[in-house]
Amino acid sequence: MLRTRVIPCLLLKDASLVKTVKFKEYNYIGDPVNTVRIFNELEVDELMFLDIFASKENRKINFNILRDIANECFMPLSYGGNIKSLEDAKKIFEIGFEKIVINSNAFGNLKLIEEIAQYFGNQSVVGSIDVKTTFWGKEKLFSHHGKRKQSDDLVTWAKKMEDAGAGELLITSIDREGSWDGYDTDLLKRVTDSVGIPVIANGGAGNIDHIGEAVRESNVSACAVGSMVVYQKKGMGVLVNFPDRKKLERSLNG
Amino acid sequence: MITIIDYEMGNLGSIQNMFKYIGVESTIESDPDKIKNASKILLPGVGSFDMAMKKIKEKNLYEVLNEKALKEQVPTLGICLGMQLLTTQSEEGTVDGFDWIPAKTMSFKNRIDADLKIPHMGWNIVSQSNKSIITKNFQDFDEVRFYFVHSYFVKIEHEKNSILKTKYGIEFDSAIQKDNIFGAQFHPEKSHKFGMTLFENFARI
Repeated sequence: MLRTRVIPCLLLKDASLVKTVKFKEYNYIGDPVNTVRIFNELEVDELMFLDIFASKENRKINFNILRDIANECFMPLSYGGNIKSLEDAKKIFEIGFEKIVINSNAFGNLKLIEEIAQYFGNQSVVGSIDVKTTFWGKEKLFSHHGKRKQSDDLVTWAKKMEDAGAGELLITSIDREGSWDGYDTDLLKRVTDSVGIPVIANGGAGNIDHIGEAVRESNVSACAVGSMVVYQKKGMGVLVNFPDRKKLERSLNG
Repeated sequence: MITIIDYEMGNLGSIQNMFKYIGVESTIESDPDKIKNASKILLPGVGSFDMAMKKIKEKNLYEVLNEKALKEQVPTLGICLGMQLLTTQSEEGTVDGFDWIPAKTMSFKNRIDADLKIPHMGWNIVSQSNKSIITKNFQDFDEVRFYFVHSYFVKIEHEKNSILKTKYGIEFDSAIQKDNIFGAQFHPEKSHKFGMTLFENFARI
């Protein structure tokens, strides 16, 4: 049986790891390399790094940090944050990452996904979509880390990303992000119902039951986790951790 | 010293990172004259079968690799696509493989349940089919799991050449061996202590 992947999703701001709540409140977590050493020892399934300021402020990709991370990590690694070209992707793969995550730069330019998927294979591209309910109660997609509202609707955009060649989709609920309240399973299900590629749930995981719930109720292939693996508990201090494998399996099979 | 073959197909940095971490010397090499002196060969690979064989021939590596693996019989390990290249042929293409191990590379498509995603991507467990020097201490673990990413799988002709098996819709050979030649379908360099153990075993042959 193929195990459902549980992926710590770590947010980079400059050379630090931070954790956000609803894409705001940038709380310092620690040094990325020290943190990944701990995740390495905990033998996590996979790690994802998102530089949340890269596209928002149009910053260059910090290849040095990615190199330091890859030297320490013996697990699948993905990176997202202002990837603009096939050349950027090549550099990231050379460093030792195997997937790149594309969100903001795909709007109006699905060719970017096409090009990278053609060159490195579909499995190497994760299409990322951030979703938020607006003040008026409407569901909207946002790019540039919540800064820019987009006009496409969720399912149409998800399908477009799949057609362009994304091998997986990372679906993030901005409203749930950092909330510890559980994933937005309805939102996720609408995506898994309409695409054929694996979907990674993101935003809201507070405990292992939330992970089991997302897998059962919305048929996602993987779950990204943030707060619950970098904090001791909600409202408490930083503690890098990962759920017990046996308990996790029970929750996933329950 | 392990010579990692560079033919522009795959992620060599992370393989070298892992060897460095476990204290094994390795070098990345694309020059046939230098590969002539290799004492151990690692054949990586990500991409398509035909493209890989084409690149190997373009870079004049085909003869030297045959010489090393078959005549000199240096320990040779192919990983991921590198393992598929050891087989006779692949459904992915029309070009012949090295044919060092009698086996076929076949497509998952139409052979597994339609609701199973292709590529087979993620962690999966392996079980031993025959003893091998590169898996000698696997029984020390409760469960041995590796990270896989592949759309094609290897089916061995003679059961004795299978050393690990994995199930994904159907059972396939996730590691193979014939004499000094080894193949692993998964990515040891991305599989924590399990990958390190396999690499250490290979380095110590």
